Amino acid sequence: MKKNKQKKLKINRRELLAGSASLGAIAFSSKIGYSKETNPNNLPPNVPEWTGELGDGVDANPYGMPSEFENNVIRRNVEWLTASTESSVNFTPIQDLEGIVTPNGLCFERHHGGVSIINPKDYRLMINGLVDREMIFTLDDLKRFPQTNKFYFLECAANGGMEWKGSQLNGCQYTFGMVHNVQYTGVKLSDLILETGLKPKAKWVLAEGSDSSGMTRSIPIEKILYDCLIAWAMNGEALRSEQGYPARLVVPGWEGNMWVKWLRRLEFGDKPYMTREETSKYTDLLPDGKARMFTWVMDAKSVVTSPSPEKSILYRGIHQLRGLAWSGRGKIKRVDVSLDGGKNWQTAKLHDPVMSKSLARFTLQFEWNGQELLIQSRAIDETNYVQPTIHELQKLRGVNSIYHNNSIATWKVNKDGTVDNVRLG
Amino acid sequence: MFALVKKLVIFLVILIIPNLLIAEERKFYLGKIATKTEIAGWDIDVRPDGLGAPLGSGSAINGEEVYAEQCASCHGDFGEGLDRWPELVGGEDSLDTHDPVKTTGSYWPYASTMYDYIYRAMPFGVAQSLTHDETYQVVAYLLYMNEIIEEDFVLNDKNIGKIKMPNVEGFLMPDPRPDIANVNGNPCMQNCNTPTEIIGKARDIDVTPEEEKS
Repeated sequence: MKKNKQKKLKINRRELLAGSASLGAIAFSSKIGYSKETNPNNLPPNVPEWTGELGDGVDANPYGMPSEFENNVIRRNVEWLTASTESSVNFTPIQDLEGIVTPNGLCFERHHGGVSIINPKDYRLMINGLVDREMIFTLDDLKRFPQTNKFYFLECAANGGMEWKGSQLNGCQYTFGMVHNVQYTGVKLSDLILETGLKPKAKWVLAEGSDSSGMTRSIPIEKILYDCLIAWAMNGEALRSEQGYPARLVVPGWEGNMWVKWLRRLEFGDKPYMTREETSKYTDLLPDGKARMFTWVMDAKSVVTSPSPEKSILYRGIHQLRGLAWSGRGKIKRVDVSLDGGKNWQTAKLHDPVMSKSLARFTLQFEWNGQELLIQSRAIDETNYVQPTIHELQKLRGVNSIYHNNSIATWKVNKDGTVDNVRLG
Repeated sequence: MFALVKKLVIFLVILIIPNLLIAEERKFYLGKIATKTEIAGWDIDVRPDGLGAPLGSGSAINGEEVYAEQCASCHGDFGEGLDRWPELVGGEDSLDTHDPVKTTGSYWPYASTMYDYIYRAMPFGVAQSLTHDETYQVVAYLLYMNEIIEEDFVLNDKNIGKIKMPNVEGFLMPDPRPDIANVNGNPCMQNCNTPTEIIGKARDIDVTPEEEKS
């Protein structure tokens, strides 16, 4: 392996601003292997070390992996949040990603009973209840139906849930990273039920996983027939095990918990099932002790991914601010950015493609000359919904809702270029 | 000629017409019909009205032992929750306070959900290993610990849909969102009146995981 060739080299600080080899840069530097510092011997007019030797041939990596220099671009969890990693969550490193596609290996994970490993030959989907024919499908059966390919974001309803009371986690990844966006390949449920038929009394569908938590959620039949899919592929390859291999439910624009992974059964019924996940969890507690139930849609949201707490500003001069925006109600129409804590806004550039219920990428060019900034972004979707401030949400819902915090975050850029997650008030 | 017409009629009657009728029912002819036995093994959900509750029964008296063996190592002897494992008992009158405690007694609206969840997902890592009677016993024990039923109350498939949970009226539907002020897609752009004083910093809270320093 190339690790043997590693040479420890002195840091070249000339191109960095004095003092800006920041806390963020140290905190997120490599754990192993290669030196990530500049080696002057590789710079012009010298011949770089990789030019004077052959590299690996084909087949060195039958399934390619990211460059060793990108080994800090990984999912991360917050250990103190949960009792065990099998019933826990980690976060997508959105601060390190470009465009709108989340690479499969970086899609955040949320499991309630660990990752089930399922031989596709042993996979069965049962459909029972208020249908004309109770049926069982194999994976091969599902793949013989007409197929659909669609980009959708999946966001956990608890994304940002730790930030209701105040700024708690100092990272873009930890505060906004329970989201990913991939292209799904699957069969529409509206096609699948052409095979089973549907009784007129069927109003709800119970989706059930075959993992160790037997994940279950009730979904109204209008949504099921409108745009839900059973997907077996993401970004062109089979689902990853941690995303429900070999088949999962896709519920576009609605909270991630409903996208049941390792899907084994759909039961059609005339009433909701009131499962543990939709009663004791994923209900939004209000200050008067009552809780909202069946809050499915993910409201419009956006975040500046760079600069961000993990992405210090290292240079004076021109920069490209980058961010992501999404809405469970349709397309993103506009994103505004403020550099002064929300007093003044300018409209960012939205990049193609902008698709319904998919992440959208925005950028804004700005100049930094060592001054403090309070960076915010504000999404507006095609229904004219405007992403709210945390104060608006707190006024309506208090601070104990846990779920559906889609408020505007504030990143404070300090004079040394480091960035802090702060709360304004 | 007559023979040809006759053949055509027979062809229509036997081959095409039944196909048209069936085609209205099944479009792709994929998958197979599930048997009752196959469905019975997987259809384990229990609804608030008791639909789906399997034959069986149990009381808190015999539930105590099952709970101690199967549940207490995570949830504590009294349902208080060890480490970060969920509390199952208590929390009454806490939902409207700064520190709400959501337990089966204080928050869960239906006893059916307790049965459904415990049977399908508990004990953690040994899912669907309890018998139906053991599951009724554990649910009865938790209901008793939460002072919802008496110690000798026999919970079963007939009455689980009739247990009245304290917080059954605690949930609001339908979803009122969008609940924020509607500015019709035209929010303030210049000199907006918004607070810009920093009142909190995540760095000061100091709970963000740190990478190993290289």
